[in-house]
Amino acid sequence: MTDNLNKDLYTEGEPALDTKAPMDVPLSECWEARKFRAALVNPANRRKLRVIIVGTGLAGGAAAASLGEMGYNVDAFFYQDSARRAHSIAAQGGINAAKNYRNDNDSVHRLFYDTVKGGDYRARETNVYRLAEVSAAIIDQCVAQGVPFAREYGGLLDNRSFGGVQVSRTFYARGQTGQQLLIGAYQALERQVAAGTVTEHPRHEMVEIIVSEGRARGIIARDMTTGELQTFVADAVVLATGGYGNVFFLSTNAMGCNATAIWRAHRKGAWFGNPCFTQIHPTCIPQHGDQQSKLTLMSESLRNDGRIWVPKRAEDCEKDPRDIPEEDRDYYLERIYPSFGNLVPRDIASRQAKNMCDEGRGVGPKIDGVARGVYLDFADAIQRMGRAAVSAKYGNLFDMYERITGDNPYETPMRIYPAVHYTMGGLWVDYDLESNLPGLYVAGEANFSDHGANRLGASALMQGLSDGYFVLPNTINDYLAKCFNLPKLDESSPDVVAALEEAQARIDRLMAVGGNRSVDSFHKELGSIMWEYCGMERTAEGLKKAIGLIRELRAEFWANVRVPGKSIGELNQSLEKAGRVADFMELGELMCIDALVREESCGGHFRAESQTEEGEALRHDDRFLFVSAWEWTGEGQPPILHKEELVYNNIELKQRSYK
Amino acid sequence: MNLTLKIWRQSGPQDPGAMHEYQIRGISEESSFLEMLDVLNEELFARGEEPIAFDSDCREGICGQCGIVINGVAHGPEVTTTCQLHMRTFNDGDVITIEPWRAQAFPIIKDLVVNRSALDRIIQAGGYISVNTGAAPDAHATPVPKGDADRAFEAAACIGCGACVAACPNASAMLFTSAKVTHLQLLPQGKPENLRRVVAMLNQLDEEGFGSCTNIGECAAVCPKEIPLDVISTLNRQLGKAAFMGV
Ligand SMILES: Cc1cc2nc3c(=O)[nH]c(=O)nc-3n(C[C@H](O)[C@H](O)[C@H](O)COP(=O)(O)OP(=O)(O)OC[C@H]3O[C@@H](n4cnc5c(N)ncnc54)[C@H](O)[C@@H]3O)c2cc1C
Ligand code: SF4
Ligand code: FES
Repeated sequence: MTDNLNKDLYTEGEPALDTKAPMDVPLSECWEARKFRAALVNPANRRKLRVIIVGTGLAGGAAAASLGEMGYNVDAFFYQDSARRAHSIAAQGGINAAKNYRNDNDSVHRLFYDTVKGGDYRARETNVYRLAEVSAAIIDQCVAQGVPFAREYGGLLDNRSFGGVQVSRTFYARGQTGQQLLIGAYQALERQVAAGTVTEHPRHEMVEIIVSEGRARGIIARDMTTGELQTFVADAVVLATGGYGNVFFLSTNAMGCNATAIWRAHRKGAWFGNPCFTQIHPTCIPQHGDQQSKLTLMSESLRNDGRIWVPKRAEDCEKDPRDIPEEDRDYYLERIYPSFGNLVPRDIASRQAKNMCDEGRGVGPKIDGVARGVYLDFADAIQRMGRAAVSAKYGNLFDMYERITGDNPYETPMRIYPAVHYTMGGLWVDYDLESNLPGLYVAGEANFSDHGANRLGASALMQGLSDGYFVLPNTINDYLAKCFNLPKLDESSPDVVAALEEAQARIDRLMAVGGNRSVDSFHKELGSIMWEYCGMERTAEGLKKAIGLIRELRAEFWANVRVPGKSIGELNQSLEKAGRVADFMELGELMCIDALVREESCGGHFRAESQTEEGEALRHDDRFLFVSAWEWTGEGQPPILHKEELVYNNIELKQRSYK
Repeated sequence: MNLTLKIWRQSGPQDPGAMHEYQIRGISEESSFLEMLDVLNEELFARGEEPIAFDSDCREGICGQCGIVINGVAHGPEVTTTCQLHMRTFNDGDVITIEPWRAQAFPIIKDLVVNRSALDRIIQAGGYISVNTGAAPDAHATPVPKGDADRAFEAAACIGCGACVAACPNASAMLFTSAKVTHLQLLPQGKPENLRRVVAMLNQLDEEGFGSCTNIGECAAVCPKEIPLDVISTLNRQLGKAAFMGV
């Protein structure tokens, strides 16, 4: 890339700040040391402090319940009608914890090691170690709350294994792990609502953040049922608003998942970490056609017993799979990666599925001329374990598959294809989960930390609950204690009024365009640009093209979108979507810039220019051993890149190999 | 497929509302019911009319946010959530009526969207285990027999969609409430507060304006998570015990 182009697209700034992790003690003592050194707030003073938490998924729900219990005043916001519906509920597979209940040599250190390696050495050692350290306590906490994890006849908890690891450390509740964990957090939250420490704000969307004297001091929220903009001031703000995978339009995320809260904060100074790291999940139900609104994940636990294959010959692709004899099938993961087989990490499984389909060996209906599907076959498992045992293990997933596709997976193999699933990027945070904007904390999928360039299965639930139950309640005190004596911000202060006016102006601007295209049509177009050029495989040329296309589309959006209905007085779902898509338009461009700058392949980020002779991702640790933290400089202005150098004192960097 | 849709439209809580008829063509059998409504909404947009408001989020049958009455049945003709109902269930040329959940405790917000916060308030009354963060014993300290764990799980599968209320002629929330009580009382951790929980949750249920349960069973028939009707007898037994003990 020429320097000139760089300057057009971005400039480089100072390296990132100190992360606040105590580096003067061994890694295993970091968290204890940080907790000990953090200032405390006396219980009697806590009720004089107010914390806003946006999002009630695992991260936000757990944080709100925990901070409420501690005695703070908490305001919890979410866009659904009930806190129990946050998207964490959709997680099927499971949650990891280093309990070593299986006596298979699991340990905190091994979970730490697997996570750093799985993330392709692009995660921060200190954060990941802490995650592994508190993981065991998460399971204890959830069991105490009544989460009905799967159990064995002896009454003890059952475990299974997940992609990318060789121990059984995943706890699960049939295919409803996320739901059951979230209901645990939700019930803890409702208990605090009854106790009067937490106030819930259902159907309220955060549309702006209030920054005063360099600190986050509140939010502007829109009451979605009345359209009214409301002001909430507080002593600290926590964003736990989930991932932004919906920038791709089709993804496994819920319809409402969005980037608005973190993007508004980014525009007010919070840095955005590693925006291009997107996880593509290998086992989703393939797209059925152009009326499709979202993609559905089939839990990756299916890869424990299902075998993935495509026909060896392209001519066989249209045949009934049952008529293709064993010798004409290519069990490509088992062939290429004999020691991990079907359990290779997600990025590898996804890319290989794409390769098979691009070679013309995909199966199922053609979308844009290519059959995008591979088989996930349970015939062997049914023969080995019996149909009843397969059904006991995966029955609800099989039912779900049949409901969506109309095919019976006991009779014929499932068809799967990769889909956008999880975003490893998010707002940059330090060891305390504080962003570079004082008083703004970010938890769960909304922050960038812990997973590096790729997330291993069953680790996001762990991270959300770790952040919410154990990290934030300990670190936020340090900030609150120090700002205890700050004057309360008045609702009529200029900073608050300005934030409210900005939010109003943005809504007015959206309503005023009055063009002739619907919001969804823009969202779909943006999504296809992102998938084509910033999806599973990226090239410099493609990314530059995408940046141009996104800029054009954004201009077209602001010139030609039409938002029907009223902005005030009644529910307006088109307006809600319009605000979110407008933010995706800006975020999409930053994702492409970030992907362009990172001239290496790592985890979910695969640059075609950077691969080994065997077609595997090729990292360049000499040049890219850093987190990209992006600073906003204004609409249409090149952002500033701050690099946070990654230091590995406890793990040796290796080329990742699953062969 | 081509269909005739009769849909309840109501601009806000004060508006009296009415049924409107729409024709729609070219719907794929592979589409979900809500994707069919998405297509209709794009057409309404193109005609300069306001899209129909309806609730959904996960579209995977798990969040409980979707929920409409289709041809008189909550969530429609199959035992599933509205988002997981697929158009292959219907025939070309069908006439389909679409209405919101109707219950006094669920005020209409707009079109097909209702306010179900009353269900949250029933949980607030006691649908939890009182444990603070950070001091739980090791998970293996208290084994739970697999049978109890499985049955608790079955009850815990409730997604809080409110179909049971919409289907009940009395608009009772007994199936929902009993599911929670059953889930928590079967686990050793939930037992200590059990009787207090039952009484508090039932009091709240009355206060919210839900009707009383007269054992009709429509609730379990429409429940997308197949919560069994006998959770209601589990709750009733606990209630009897609570009365006996003077809780
Ligand atoms: C289909 C699926 C399956 C998965 N399976 C697994 C699994 O098996 N194991 C695993 O570990 N991980 C899994 N994951 C990932 C994991 O579920 C998520 O990363 C995690 O639950 C995110 O939790 P969260 O608390 O950060 O956010 P969420 O649960 O997404 O919560 C976001 C919250 O923010 C609120 N919100 C968002 N924007 C706004 C706004 N502007 N204003 C107000 N409120 C807002 C929402 O209302 C919601 O309450 C899965 C993800 C998906 C999509
Ligand atoms: S009991 Fe069934 S119908 Fe009622 S809210 Fe729960 S899941 Fe919905
Ligand atoms: S949209 Fe979540 S259950 Fe239907």
